[in-house]
Amino acid sequence: MLKVENLKVNYGGIEAVKGISFEVPKGEIVTLIGANGAGKSTTLRTITGLVRAREGSISLEGEVITGLDTPAIIGRGITLVPEGRRVFPDLTVLENMKIGAYLRNDSLEDDIAHCYELFPRLKERSWQMAGTLSGGEQQMLAVARALMSKPKLIMMDEPSLGLAPLIVKGIFDIIREINKSGVTVLLIEQNANMALQIADRAYVMETGRITMSGTGAELLANEDVRAAYLGKGK
Amino acid sequence: MNTTLFLQQCLTGISLGGAYALIAIGYTLVYGILRLINFAHGDIFMMAGYFMIFAMAVFPWYVSIPIVLIATVILGVLIERTAYKPLRSAPRMSVMISAIGVSYLLQNLATYLFTALPKGYPEIPILKKIYNFGGISASLVTFLTPVITIVLVFLLLQLIGHTKVGMAMRAVSKDYETAQLMGIRIDRTISFTFAVGSLLAGVGSILYFTDRMTVFPFSGSLPGLKCFVAAVIGGIGSIPGAVVGGFILGIGETVLVAMGYSTFSDAFTFILLIIMLLIRPTGIFGEKVTDKV
Repeated sequence: MLKVENLKVNYGGIEAVKGISFEVPKGEIVTLIGANGAGKSTTLRTITGLVRAREGSISLEGEVITGLDTPAIIGRGITLVPEGRRVFPDLTVLENMKIGAYLRNDSLEDDIAHCYELFPRLKERSWQMAGTLSGGEQQMLAVARALMSKPKLIMMDEPSLGLAPLIVKGIFDIIREINKSGVTVLLIEQNANMALQIADRAYVMETGRITMSGTGAELLANEDVRAAYLGKGK
Repeated sequence: MNTTLFLQQCLTGISLGGAYALIAIGYTLVYGILRLINFAHGDIFMMAGYFMIFAMAVFPWYVSIPIVLIATVILGVLIERTAYKPLRSAPRMSVMISAIGVSYLLQNLATYLFTALPKGYPEIPILKKIYNFGGISASLVTFLTPVITIVLVFLLLQLIGHTKVGMAMRAVSKDYETAQLMGIRIDRTISFTFAVGSLLAGVGSILYFTDRMTVFPFSGSLPGLKCFVAAVIGGIGSIPGAVVGGFILGIGETVLVAMGYSTFSDAFTFILLIIMLLIRPTGIFGEKVTDKV
């Protein structure tokens, strides 16, 4: 579905991404894991067009999307749950969900109901300003907002960041559920353990390069990965 | 001062305040979305005055008013596109300097094109007709201004609170990047904001100049400055704030004139600004600065 080829990106004066290639097949959960500053977020931001690629190409279902502006890329069915959630604090929960569907002109009733089903907490708080929600609730809202665009591909940037372990587990369950409903997922995580457990395919990124790849289970068993990202000695 | 005279002065004050409020909203809207003090706003208001003079030279008033409003909107959006949009990622100070530049450009352009001599503002006969309500007599425009202001503010609040484009405006004003991730085209949203602000300045210009009768190239600078102060007093970024600020200034100024201190009527505005900045810098309805991570 999504194909990234030889992508190079300069960001903040350095070459943050140094020629990476990877693929996200339709219907799968793919994860990019790696330490801080490995270029993961930059990769996602480049896919959405917020950052320009210096070289290489990104294509969605065979169509090149490199060079399109962000709203056009979003319009093709990609959505990003940004790092740090970034819900609109002085819009209500419901408005945040509606704005996720900004490019749609059809009825939103079913999708709102579906999101409330996934996250009953949001239904209780639908008239509350998003800024008053807890971190976990904001993350739920950010995911719901992304789903409202009816994406083919949902990308998530560190959804577990700063959340309590129990809530993290909940978020990962939801990611699985979303994937089962037919949405392809590209997930970025520092919480490698959780990410690899649910991933069909995984890539390890280090300082702008992809250094390893395999199925989630393979990497989970890999000695180097265990040592570097799972904190388990050889 | 007897009651009738008092009410008469109040009405004049409210009417002036209404015109101020309409212009102040333009400052507040643009500030809300771009964090920019649009110093050219007062001059857009002045240009709207000239547009009216030329439109009325050819057309009757009911054709002229829409022409003036459309021309003012075009001018406002054009300024945004040429002077502010290219500086979107530049430091905020650069944009502000650009705004000051546009202000001077418009003033000098008007001087060059229309000369510095005051030009008579055309009379719209029905607006100037004198009405008498319970002893208070004033032209229709004086009665009409506060009503138009309230109606427009109501419509604006509906637009911002309950429509898709309003939601986009609120989103863009908080977070450009995430707004783009929702599929919102921020340039379009910003242009729309300028269009709304200029439209209100156009309406304000018609109401204000009908009472003042002349336009000259600098007739936008002092009202512009005062309306900026009104927006700051109300809390810049807040629409109700701009309206309240506009009314406070309009009424305060008129009261001073009525009491015989007309020399101080302009000083009043700025003294009020200083006091406000000292005791409550965010203004009456100013947004609280919260840094929640």
